[in-house]
Amino acid sequence: MYLLTVLGHRVLQTMATVVFVAVLIFALMHMLPGDPAQAMLGDRGTTEAIAQLHHELGLDRPIPVQFWEFLRRILTLNLGESVAMRIPVTLLIADRLPNTLLLTAMAGVLALLIAVPLAFLAALRQGGWADAIIRGFSQLSLSMPVFYVGLILLITLAAGLRWFPVGGIGSGFVEDLYYLFLPSLTLALSFSAILLRNLRSSLVEVLHAEFVSFATAKGLRRRVVLGRHVLRNASISTVTLLGLHTSSLVGGAVITETVFGIPGVGRLMVDSIFSRDYAVVQGLTMVLCVLVSVVLLAVDALQALLDPRIST
Amino acid sequence: MLAGTAVLLALLASAVVPQGIAPYPPDAFDYRALLQPPSLAHPFGTDNFGRDVLSRTIWAARIDLQIAIFGTLFPAVFGTIVGALIGYVGGLVDTLFRRLVDLLITIPFLVLVIAIVAALGPGLLNMYIAVSAVSWVFYARLMRSEIIAQKRRDYADAGRVMGYGSTRIIFRHLLPNAITPSIIYWMTDMALVILLGSSLGYLGLGAQPPTAEWGVLIADGRNFMTTAWWMSIFPGLAIVLAGIGFSLVGDGIAILLRRRT
Repeated sequence: MYLLTVLGHRVLQTMATVVFVAVLIFALMHMLPGDPAQAMLGDRGTTEAIAQLHHELGLDRPIPVQFWEFLRRILTLNLGESVAMRIPVTLLIADRLPNTLLLTAMAGVLALLIAVPLAFLAALRQGGWADAIIRGFSQLSLSMPVFYVGLILLITLAAGLRWFPVGGIGSGFVEDLYYLFLPSLTLALSFSAILLRNLRSSLVEVLHAEFVSFATAKGLRRRVVLGRHVLRNASISTVTLLGLHTSSLVGGAVITETVFGIPGVGRLMVDSIFSRDYAVVQGLTMVLCVLVSVVLLAVDALQALLDPRIST
Repeated sequence: MLAGTAVLLALLASAVVPQGIAPYPPDAFDYRALLQPPSLAHPFGTDNFGRDVLSRTIWAARIDLQIAIFGTLFPAVFGTIVGALIGYVGGLVDTLFRRLVDLLITIPFLVLVIAIVAALGPGLLNMYIAVSAVSWVFYARLMRSEIIAQKRRDYADAGRVMGYGSTRIIFRHLLPNAITPSIIYWMTDMALVILLGSSLGYLGLGAQPPTAEWGVLIADGRNFMTTAWWMSIFPGLAIVLAGIGFSLVGDGIAILLRRRT
């Protein structure tokens, strides 16, 4: 019952945040220099044509009315039309989003696959040379910009050894996995460094806790002790970290997609910002923020499940 | 700590007197030596205009260190002061601030910065504006929680009883005790801002070519990945070196300051 109260509170908070984001985006777009109607018509725009387009787009109505229209259209999933490409924004995003989601999901899985075993190794052999090497690797990873890691992987594994394709996506799910492997590895390497550092110190902390000695003294096998007690407790803060860093994962995806030429929402964002396609930028930012909010909410729920001590 | 300081000093030297260290000027074209691999004359090779990559990397240190300093100075100072005030005053302002923090966690930092820079136009100054507009919040959040912790201590009450004004209490007594995590965060942030600045430079939104900036240099080499890998790899190593340098110094400062308290 208490859990539901906490979650309900968080859901309300999330919705409030999403509304704030909408306000922020709306304000930002309307403060920007440049007139969308003019941008759309380009050189063919006579004064009358521009005024006509203003009327069509509803730009000549008072600001609060425009904002209300904006909110209303979002709720009906009508995100407007892309200025540059003349297709509905929703379609554009729906086309690209799966690629980005696949990329981030793969990156997350890979990051966990890298970070968890290494963190265990480092924590169990704390102070030893394995620990030192792992911590060094973590530090190195954190200092490397994502696009640099991507370029290195591209140069060595794709262009050089020809083990992987240089970019783009395949046609079909399995091929996609192959094409997206290098990009997700790129993201995963940076992400795993953060996870690794945190997981390692949580593990070290937990390993020295009294209840671990007690469990071992009770006669539980080492593996059971590690799995059930140690990991469960250490993973709480890691899950939190995963959630907090979701937005930086999105940022990393933006860069990775640019480096590898993947048609995902990250690259769409950068391209649209460059070409002043405000409709796309607006719609995409809303979608991304809603997604991140949902993930944060899920992480909170997961955290509450894992840790019975949680109180808001 | 020592290693970190050494690294940073080398970078600082590169930034302040690049003419003394770099063998060639950064924009010296040499059409007879295009796309040369690393050699004795050009330890990092040359690029597609015949410019020496080593020299450009060294000259770029000036820009990137500038980015590290200017990209963090305003957020750090402004954020710390505002955070201290919010922490001390509390109440409605505090609630509003927490909402703001929630908001900013949701929006991907990079996306926000890219959006602002794209709106204002590419360039270093706009990048500083964009970064400052967002990252001061993180400093403020840090200082706020530290001040709240300090506020409860006895010496804060003593100050109030003695009749000290709030401003005096905050800035002369609470702040010096609360500032350690902020300084450490500042060091980490400088490394992060270099990464951000070079990412923006790579995307074409930060420093503009032909300015030598590590991200821009890497972008320059993007089209020559298979033929002239040295164009991108070496500037990238400079970024990594700078990042490690700042982290080491930050760790060192942390150890030093913790020993004193």
